[in-house]
Amino acid sequence: MTWLPTPYRVVTRTVETHDSATLVLRPVAESLPTFRPGQFAMLYAHGVGEVPISVSGIPGDGTLVHTIRAVGAVSRALHDAAQGTVLGARGPFGTAWRLDDVEDLLVVAGGIGLAPLRPVLTHPARRTVLVAGARTPQDLLYEKEIVSLSDVEAVLTVDRGDHDWHGRIGFVTEPLASVPLDPACTTALLCGPEPMMRFCARTLLGRGVPAGRIQVSLERNMQCGVGLCGHCQLGPMLLCREGPVVPYPVAEPLLLAKEL
Amino acid sequence: MTTPMTKLDVLPLLARLTHSQRAAVAGVSRIETYEAGTRLFEEGGLADQCWVILAGCVMVDTQVPGRGRVVLQSIGPGELLGWSWLLPPYQWHFGATVVSPTRAVVVDTQALRMLADEDPALGYQLSQILLEALLNRLQATRIRLLDLYRNPA
Amino acid sequence: MNLVLDLDGLDALIRVLRDDGRVVVGPVLRDNAITLAELDSAADLPGGWGVEIGAGHYRVRKRDDAAVFGHSAGPQSWKRFLHPPRRVLMSSDGNEFRTAQDTAPDYAFLGVRACDLAAIAKLRQVVGGPAPFVIAAQCTEPGELCFCASMGCGPAAGPGYDVALTERIDSGGHRFLAAAGTVEGTRLLDRLPGRAATQEDITLAAQDVDAAAQRMGRAMPEVDLRDLLAANRDSAHWEAVAERCLTCGNCTMVCPTCFCVSVEDTTDLDGNAERSQRWASCFEIDFSYLHGGAVRTSGAARYRQWMTHKLGTWRDQFGTSGCVGCGRCIAWCPAGIDITEEAAALAETTQLGGE
Repeated sequence: MTWLPTPYRVVTRTVETHDSATLVLRPVAESLPTFRPGQFAMLYAHGVGEVPISVSGIPGDGTLVHTIRAVGAVSRALHDAAQGTVLGARGPFGTAWRLDDVEDLLVVAGGIGLAPLRPVLTHPARRTVLVAGARTPQDLLYEKEIVSLSDVEAVLTVDRGDHDWHGRIGFVTEPLASVPLDPACTTALLCGPEPMMRFCARTLLGRGVPAGRIQVSLERNMQCGVGLCGHCQLGPMLLCREGPVVPYPVAEPLLLAKEL
Repeated sequence: MTTPMTKLDVLPLLARLTHSQRAAVAGVSRIETYEAGTRLFEEGGLADQCWVILAGCVMVDTQVPGRGRVVLQSIGPGELLGWSWLLPPYQWHFGATVVSPTRAVVVDTQALRMLADEDPALGYQLSQILLEALLNRLQATRIRLLDLYRNPA
Repeated sequence: MNLVLDLDGLDALIRVLRDDGRVVVGPVLRDNAITLAELDSAADLPGGWGVEIGAGHYRVRKRDDAAVFGHSAGPQSWKRFLHPPRRVLMSSDGNEFRTAQDTAPDYAFLGVRACDLAAIAKLRQVVGGPAPFVIAAQCTEPGELCFCASMGCGPAAGPGYDVALTERIDSGGHRFLAAAGTVEGTRLLDRLPGRAATQEDITLAAQDVDAAAQRMGRAMPEVDLRDLLAANRDSAHWEAVAERCLTCGNCTMVCPTCFCVSVEDTTDLDGNAERSQRWASCFEIDFSYLHGGAVRTSGAARYRQWMTHKLGTWRDQFGTSGCVGCGRCIAWCPAGIDITEEAAALAETTQLGGE
């Protein structure tokens, strides 16, 4: 049954940005096991194809929540799926964010990389800091929701501002270099474009955050989700099994290798 | 014009200075608070100050015909604002506006340069601090040039 | 129990397997190559045909005798039966998803060499599926490109066969020592016409296989290959290989363990859709496609991926090497790139740790 999707119906579709939408999917009959933050599903659009999408919410009522950015044919079809559409889902696949022994939580996200981190923002922690970057103010995900989370100290920064934007303009490494931290007690979760995660990890290491407490979410082509198709290899890892969430000390040498 | 030392002691930016070096910097700086909307400097003006932001936010901008005042960069807590005072002709390259109520250490940079000239050891440490901040700014700016978050489709 | 069969006995073996409802697959001569196809009888086997093989070179040749298993690995492997080149995964009408009917027959593989027996185990570890019934052919005549001995996969057939045959042609005639490896194998031999093996039959067969170990045409360098590849991620040697590599992917297609697949979606005019998998190669540019572009575009990166996975990271992923030393990738590389030579070149310039 490895390859057989479970039918889910789109119950709500919320437009997040000009190219991203959040779908809430309810099982048509059977439901998949519960996902943990950081894990992903293979979502199937009828006749178009299947892609890995992280869960961007875990309501605990059997529904699946995914924020999808339209970047290709399949993600476009999923992004466009109207209420009532039946999609296929397989999962849960991959590793989750390690959240045991969390004291201070530092969540660093770039672009759509905020989606797989959204479920951890409500994880109990002594302190939760979110540093999120986006291209423009219009590209920021979940902005209203983030501002409403009273337990989260959020620093939002964009590459290019506009006249209505009064938040930060700059790259995430800049606030990361100066945001108050208790480095030894900080668990840092990073998700975004690979160079962004490398630079952020370096900034955090420079501030004294232990390498073993930095986790990154990695991405490669995935077609099966269960280590059968071979596409998602990154060095010794099959990222669908050993990833997407990988401790930074494991990821660093692999991310530095060219075309690995 | 003196900044209370307790303010400078907690700035990670100045951590590499000795106590007496920090005292010297404190002697040529003061704490200011600014309302949102305050214009700190204009392109072409005399660059005789720099700021270490303690709280709040300042935007660095430039004038582009047809687009008005375009913001390039925000400067937040713990960060340094103003570089043009370092080298002649000591003229601001960009403009800067306070966008939220801001408290900052304001340094008299002419006096700071004189301190550095008189005490090369302090001068060297200041150069290191400035270079590090400049390097971080340069690297972050270069990464922004990559436009990493663009939609590849 | 051990039995000695002649050609008629081998024919009976095929007949009995077929009577049991199995599809018997074995070597046949086709299109000037030893290929694998369904056998009706022992007459289908390539009696008297051998091969002449080298880097980027493969020719069938007439042998001086009538041996039926006197040829080394051909262009095909058992992969094509256990992990078909194209397989339907599921179908969708837009509301429901249905698994495809698994139509794989009950296979009996005849003439499986030690290298390929090891490959079947490695492949099934990844792709699963029912175990075939295996009649191994002990290797007494390795080819010019064989290096199963240095991969620990031959020439003696390891575990996993039901019956192992050792072919011998001498003054005593053309015969096969048949040794059962499983209870099912024993039951099969019980139904065949043959004579009980003598100690001499067994000794001669063992000698023939032992001698084969000394006649391997190739060898891997005697280093820890996983460590060697891990240490050479940034080696300049990959560029040197890339200058010769055409990135055609032949090595991955002929490899008996390369398992990678891509998934394809097709639709019909009634609105039904089908998902299927097909063999894929890490040499395809799109293999590493990530929204926006491929991760591995240079030939150097793609060759490194293949060789590193085969000899190194396969062990990280599956606890074993992905290479069995069959030599197919060397024979069927149009540029004659030789994985053993490339490994040796890396080993020459690498000081591996381990006091």
